[in-house]
Order: sequence, then structure tokens, then C-alpha cells
Amino acid sequence: METEILKVTHLNKFYGARQVLFDVNFTLHQGEVLTLLGPSGSGKSTLLRTLNGLEAFQAGTLTFNGQPVVADEAHWQKLRQKIGMVFQSYDLFPNLTVLENITLAPVKIQGRSAATVQAEALALLERVGLSAYAKAYPRELSGGQKQRIAIVRALALHPELMLFDEVTASLDPEMVRGVLEIIKQLSQEAAMTMIIVTHEMNFAAQIADRVLFLADGKIVEDTPGQQFFAQPQTQRAQEFLDSMDF
Amino acid sequence: MDWAVIQQSLPEFAKGFQLTLWLSASGIAGALVVGVVVSLLRYFQVPVLGRLSGAYVEVARNTPLLIQLFFLYYAFPVLGLKFSAATCGIIGLVFLGGAYMAEGFTGGFNGVSQTQVESGRALGMNQWQLARYVVLPQGLALSVPALAANVIFLIKETSIFSVIAIPELTNTALDLIGLYYRSNEYLLVLVVAYAIILIPLSLLLTWLERRVRYATFGD
Amino acid sequence: MPHSGINVLFEGHNLVRLLGGLWTTVWIAALALVLGLSLGALLGALRTLKNPVLRLGLRLYLEFFRIVPTVVLLFLAYYLVPELFHVDSLPGSWMAVIAFGLWVAAEFSDIVRGALLSVPVHQRESGLALGMNRWQLFRYVLLPQALKLELPATINLATRVIKTTSLLMLISVMDVINIGQQIIEANNTTYRTGVFWVYGVIFIFYFVVDYPLSRWAQRLAAQQKV
Repeated sequence: METEILKVTHLNKFYGARQVLFDVNFTLHQGEVLTLLGPSGSGKSTLLRTLNGLEAFQAGTLTFNGQPVVADEAHWQKLRQKIGMVFQSYDLFPNLTVLENITLAPVKIQGRSAATVQAEALALLERVGLSAYAKAYPRELSGGQKQRIAIVRALALHPELMLFDEVTASLDPEMVRGVLEIIKQLSQEAAMTMIIVTHEMNFAAQIADRVLFLADGKIVEDTPGQQFFAQPQTQRAQEFLDSMDF
Repeated sequence: MDWAVIQQSLPEFAKGFQLTLWLSASGIAGALVVGVVVSLLRYFQVPVLGRLSGAYVEVARNTPLLIQLFFLYYAFPVLGLKFSAATCGIIGLVFLGGAYMAEGFTGGFNGVSQTQVESGRALGMNQWQLARYVVLPQGLALSVPALAANVIFLIKETSIFSVIAIPELTNTALDLIGLYYRSNEYLLVLVVAYAIILIPLSLLLTWLERRVRYATFGD
Repeated sequence: MPHSGINVLFEGHNLVRLLGGLWTTVWIAALALVLGLSLGALLGALRTLKNPVLRLGLRLYLEFFRIVPTVVLLFLAYYLVPELFHVDSLPGSWMAVIAFGLWVAAEFSDIVRGALLSVPVHQRESGLALGMNRWQLFRYVLLPQALKLELPATINLATRVIKTTSLLMLISVMDVINIGQQIIEANNTTYRTGVFWVYGVIFIFYFVVDYPLSRWAQRLAAQQKV
């Protein structure tokens, strides 16, 4: 775990006069799985969205792959091809088939050859057990299936970092497992670097190399995963874990 | 009610019927083109043109077609711009309808959910790619109901063309009433003629709305 | 510039006459709205009842007004009302009020029905759970919520009624446009470009009334989306 993928220093974010992130600092290494935990409203999702340029920040620096991030929209558009993101609301494009959803960005945005991308997309679909649905439209799929495809759609761009924003929060309980399995596989087999915001404590405990515990827009704890769940360092985190019935 | 009177008037009404259809079709086609262009200029907030488009939409939507037509037909010739009545009618309908269609398209574009737009952005799309692959296909589908309502509205507005003596349906009926004083008969034919155009058309448009909605969103 | 067209507005009582015509326009629109909104609210509420005959009848009423252009409605009123009610001397302005009022009632009944039906079921059930009867449910739960929902559409309907008053001259009502035409004709030889100024002023009259209303409706609709 030597190469630094992402470095966040003194990040501050405001909505108008209200500050929502306070002096956030952390470093993420290649292959590392970082889990953001904390009560609702603690700023986890906001932080994640800031890392993808979907939210602006007002002070601090981001360094991605050793390069300082220039925080304007044109630069973010390039960067987002390397930082995949999956949302809570599995928003596949409803007017495109599953395969078209996956190949759209690699072909039209990255300009890669349609044949290569298609072969790759089919292989990815195979891995998530959905190759039978390549020609189907999103309306024919369950929420869990759509979310798995949203993950594949992000992976097809060959990202170096994946961001998962409460990807199982809108799913029916029986769908959750399949989606989490894929994320686990991605970490174990492909050593994907990722940052995960989740409320699934069991999953977090299994997958997290490190936990950032946030409260009120501040990082309260930055602890290795195993240790966090066994013995958090702060009272605040202990209370949180107790309240999660974990 | 004298059926012979009605029968005798049918050839006259047939001409008016054709003219109403022709004027409506040209006006609506023009309005759709103007509407798309204007709504795109506004959506992308093109400098100057976007603001002008906004002003045009407000002026055209908040003034009556009748006054717009009077300007075209009576006032413009004083400045040396003289058009035939039918041309004035079509220009007027495109002017009014373009604004309504633009509002319809704008509503559709703005109706595309924020999460869809974000998904596109998260894939690294720029403004044009977002428009081409996310906002346009979904926004056009969302705007169909408003556009369909505008089509019906604009066809009905052609009845106002009677004030500048274009011999469409309403003008035909008023002329015949003036000539023969048989208001009941001619008004009946007039209402039936509009029903013949508008009832099948609105059924067709409702069917089309459902088809487009299903093809795009699957519900 | 003695012959500049704008002077036609200040010749004699021309401006006062135009404003008088505007007043005719305004009171016809206002009366048609009061009549149409009251009748439409009643019809809209009736359309949410289960009675199939009533619903079909009211639906046909709505569809009739959806199909027939307002110009034609005016002429129907102009020719049919005297015949049906055996009155000869009803002025055109009253027939316009009747025609517009019935049209507004049809359109508004659909707005009211839509708003009433879109009040969430759990609101209805909460009211029933509190022991309200049907009238109390309508009065205290459905109506206040529906009124808020339907306000933007109602304002838009009002702007349409105001624009539609431009058709009054067709049945010889002395509205602002009819008076404008008289002024133009009387001054045609003296002020050749007078036609521009007179229509221009009328154009502005309509815009000044309708534009703020439609902006208000847009703002309300935007707030409701959030």
C-alpha cells in the first residue's frame, strides 16, 4: 500500500454561511478500502460528492495520483472518468438498454472502439451474473439488478478509484447482499481502491481497511477497520456503534 | 333545423375545413421548430440570444393572438411590410405557438431528474454530451404531453383568423350566417367540423403520449 | 412632429375612450371568472363522486368546451341565448359573460378535480380516523390542500380569460380593441402610423396585466415542486 491515490488536505466546505465540512485531512493508498461512517447529517455523502466534483469546496486541496486537482468543471469532467461513482438511486438511463448504458461513456466520451468496449461490457456483465440482460431495458430489472449494472457502468470506464454512496440504502433487503458481494469481489479480486459510505455495519466491518468516523462535518476518528469495530478510540464512535445495534 | 340548408353548405365548409387543416399544420410545424430552437437557447443560457428568447416567450404568451394578427395585417403594411391574410395567419400562429412550444420543451428539459443528470456527470460527460445523451432524449419524451396540448390549442386558435377574413372554418360559417341568416344550421356544422378534427386527433395524441412515455421510461 | 402617429393617442378624448374600453374588458373578464370559478368548483367537487351518470355528464360538458374554440362559443352564445330564453335585448357583453363563464367553469372543474384527487390518501384517512363526516373532510382537509395545489393553474386560467377578452369585438362589444379600431379609422388620414400606436398601447395593456400574473403562477408552481 505505497502509492498514494488521493490526498485530501485542510478541506473546508460551506453551504452559504453554514460550514458543513471542517478541515478534513486524509490519504488514500492504492488498493485501500476506506469506509466513511457516522450518523446522518455528519457530512459523509457531502464529502464523497466533493471528491468527485459534484459539490464544490471552498478551502483546501485535493491531490489525485500525485497531481493537484484543478477544481473547475472542465478538469472535473476528465477526472470523473478515473473516479467512478455509484449512487443510492440506481439511475440507469431509462431509454437505453443495459449494454448501451454500459458502453455509452467509454465509446462516446473516452472514444474507445465500440467492439472492444462491448466485449468488455459483456464480460463484466457475466461476472455480475447478468449477461442474460444485456439487451433488456432498465424497466425490466429489479432494483438490485439495476444497482449491479450501475457498478458495471462505472467500472467500464477503467476507474482508478470507486466511490460508493449508500448504494444499498434504497434496495429491498433481499437485494442488498448481491450488490455488496460485487463490491467485495472488486476489492479482493481486482484490488480496486474505494471509498464507501454505508449503513451496513456488517459489510463495513468485513471490507474496511480503514474507517473514517465523521460527526458534525469533522473527522472524529481515522482508525484501521478491524480496530474500529472491536475498540473504537472515541466515546462518540462507541455510542454510534452501540446505537447501530452492531 | 333545416337539413337541406346544411347539405347545401357542405361544399363551402369543406373548403374551410381544408384551409383550417392546412393553416394549422403549417403553423404548428413552424411553431415546433421555433420552440426547439428557443428552448435550447434558453436551456444552454446562450449569451444575449438566451435572454432574447426568454423575452420573446413572455411577450408572445402574454398577449392575445388577435392583437398580434392586427399588427401583422393592419399595422405592418403602413411600414411597407405587406403580406397576404393567410401568410399573416401562419406567421401569427408560429409567433404565438413558438412561445408555447418553447415552454413545453423547457418544461421537459427541466423535468429530467437531477439524479439522472448527476449520473451523466459522474461518467465524465461535458455539457454537450449531457444534452445529447441524457437531457434531450428524456426531456423530449417528458415534453410530449405539453406539446400535444399546444397542438390542440393552436388548432382552436385558427378560428381567430376569421377576423382578418381568412376563409377558414369559422369565417366560412360567419359568412354563411351573414348571407342566409341560418345561424343554428351553420353553427351546428361548425361545431361538428371542429369535433371531426379534434376528437380523433386528441385520441391519437393521448395514444402517442403513452407510447413515447413507455418507450422512454417504461411506465 | 404634428403628424407623428403617437399624437393620435392624445387627440380629443381618445386615451380616455381607450381606458373606458379597457374597463369594459376588465369587468367582463372579472365577472366571467367569478361566475366560472364558483360553478367550476362545484362541478369539480361533483366529479370526484362515484355516481357514473353524473361523472359522464360532467365529462361531456368539459369535452364540449375543450373542443369548441372560444370564438365559436361566443357566437353560439350570441345567436342561441336570445333564442333559447326568448330575450331580444340582452347586450353582447352579458352573452360574453355567460359564454366565458361556462367555459371557465368547464376548465376549472378539471383543475379542481385533479387537485382534490391529488390530496394524498393518508390525509383523507387521517381525517376519517378523526371521525369527520364527508362534508367536514371536504371542508377541513381536502379543500384547503387542494386550493393551494390548484392556485398556479387557476392563475394561468385567469390569464387565458383576459387574453380571450380580445375576442369581444367579434360580437360588437365596445371593448378596448373595438374602440381602438374606431379611433384608427377616424384618424386614418391625419395620422397614417396611428394604427401602430393604438395597437401598441392595447398590446401593452394586455401584457401589463398578464405578464405579472403568469410570473406569479410560475413562482408558485416552482415553490410547490420543492
